[in-house]
Amino acid sequence: MNHAAAAPATPAGSAGPPRRLRLPFMRGYYWLLIGLLYLPIVLLFIFSINANTTLSFPLKGFTVAWYEKLFATPALLNAVVNSLIVAVSSSIAATAFGSMVAILLSRFNFRGRKALTGLAMLPLIIPYVVLAVALLILFRAFGVSLSLVTVAIAHVVVALPYTTLIVLARLIGFDNQLEEAAMDLGATYPATLRLIVLPIAAPAIVSAWITAFTVSFDEFALALFLAGKDPTFPVYLYGQLRFATTLPVLIAAAVLLMAGTMTLIVVANRVRSR
Amino acid sequence: MTASADQLPRAPGPPTRRGGGSDPRRSSFWLLLSPPALVLGLFLIVPVLLMIAVSFRADISGQLLAPFTPTLKQFAQAFAGAGYWRVLGISALTAFGVAVIAVLTAYPVAYFLAFRAGKRASLYLILLLVPFWTSYLLRVMAWKLMLGEQGVVNEVLMGAGLIDEPLDALLYNRGAVVVTLVYVWIPFAALPILAGLGRIDVRLHEAAADLYGSPVQVFRRVTLPLSLPGVVAAFLMVFIPTVGEYVTPLLVGGTGGTMYGNLIQDFFTRAANWPLGSALSIIMLTVTLGLVIVGLRIVDPRRLLEPAS
Repeated sequence: MNHAAAAPATPAGSAGPPRRLRLPFMRGYYWLLIGLLYLPIVLLFIFSINANTTLSFPLKGFTVAWYEKLFATPALLNAVVNSLIVAVSSSIAATAFGSMVAILLSRFNFRGRKALTGLAMLPLIIPYVVLAVALLILFRAFGVSLSLVTVAIAHVVVALPYTTLIVLARLIGFDNQLEEAAMDLGATYPATLRLIVLPIAAPAIVSAWITAFTVSFDEFALALFLAGKDPTFPVYLYGQLRFATTLPVLIAAAVLLMAGTMTLIVVANRVRSR
Repeated sequence: MTASADQLPRAPGPPTRRGGGSDPRRSSFWLLLSPPALVLGLFLIVPVLLMIAVSFRADISGQLLAPFTPTLKQFAQAFAGAGYWRVLGISALTAFGVAVIAVLTAYPVAYFLAFRAGKRASLYLILLLVPFWTSYLLRVMAWKLMLGEQGVVNEVLMGAGLIDEPLDALLYNRGAVVVTLVYVWIPFAALPILAGLGRIDVRLHEAAADLYGSPVQVFRRVTLPLSLPGVVAAFLMVFIPTVGEYVTPLLVGGTGGTMYGNLIQDFFTRAANWPLGSALSIIMLTVTLGLVIVGLRIVDPRRLLEPAS
């Protein structure tokens, strides 16, 4: 039961050393919360393999028709591909920029570091709706028509604080002795970055990339304003929510995408822990 | 000013040779700085400045970049309309409530993961985070299924004989918005709390217990204070996006659940009054920044980044 109870009793006496909250209670609470968190998702999953055309009880029986129909809906597939394009490109850019900021903040002393920190963290503090309309004004003012590119730009901005923080946390945890040694031995700084700093930061860079990818892939509040005519998956989904009969297909698509995201995360976790 | 050196626990790197030009990393410095600074300047600072400019316009006839006579008309309207303030107050209260409930709900789970889950902690953590990787829109949709007239809650209540007719008051109101948002944020709120708890030296617990601290005392006087940076970070990470939330109210809020973000969204879409929308955006931005600064004054979440002692 109490894994620490095996330790010799402390002077405090009977209850065992870690006199913290009781384990069974905590574990029960955890599982209760997990149950509540999964209930709506399980519900969605059930409706994705259920023959009802509308999302209402009672259930009518098992079907994979929605999954078949999904692959016969070009608009939906197109939206998924759009989301992939936006997420891949914006996450790569956000990771590159975030890593640069992280290297600057962890390895350089310079005037204006506080300003750079504030600037890089600012997107965390700006409400999405405000950033969305501000970017809308920018693009309108300069005659940039809305497209997947404008969505990707917004996603780079909002993902940047996350990628910066993730890489920064890793770099702060490492001394720069290796870098100093490399440079004492005649390596140029770019070579030192490539051969020492990037390998050190690599696991964090992978995490940062995944985080940026997932932030972008599911992002809706910015995309709704900035997507123009070619929708990303969440924007497409939103447009279809009014039509009750397409809901099961949409849910089936979302279930597949969730499986895809989770696979990505699990695989990346494996890669990182190597 | 050389204050920069004391901001991070360790300020690595060779001593700065500012202005001397002898630091071999000097050119790299600019190569590293320019791209992110350019992106943030162009797509964050410039848009906000433009938005401020638009808020001083009387209308948006003609080009957005064309010269104009500044007017305070929009702000006068935004400040005069009692309705706007009411919605802003309600949005802030809603966000506060959602953040507090989400943090309180997530804290025991983070505690469990940090100290009690043992070897399986990372598995438990992933299990907690999976809902967060599910489509946001669909998670909100799922709550329509839960709370709707033929939803799960009604079916269960009717099945249990507690009610005879389905309640239609569950959906499309403020309560539905709060429940849905809390649900959405719980996994996210657990992360910074977990980071804060993970930094606590377990020997402090043992020391406190050795000194005859009861479990409650140990928690109140050791664990809780030390975990506060994570708690504040979690609160802010939920509060900030929630103040500006407009999607969830759109889906489950109905007319009673409108938030400030919905007003802004309306002025930029249907109502097509960009100057007034910009003024409201600036008010919201100011309020949010103010609250964040107050929050950071209380406890500095940056401590989460420092290497654990």
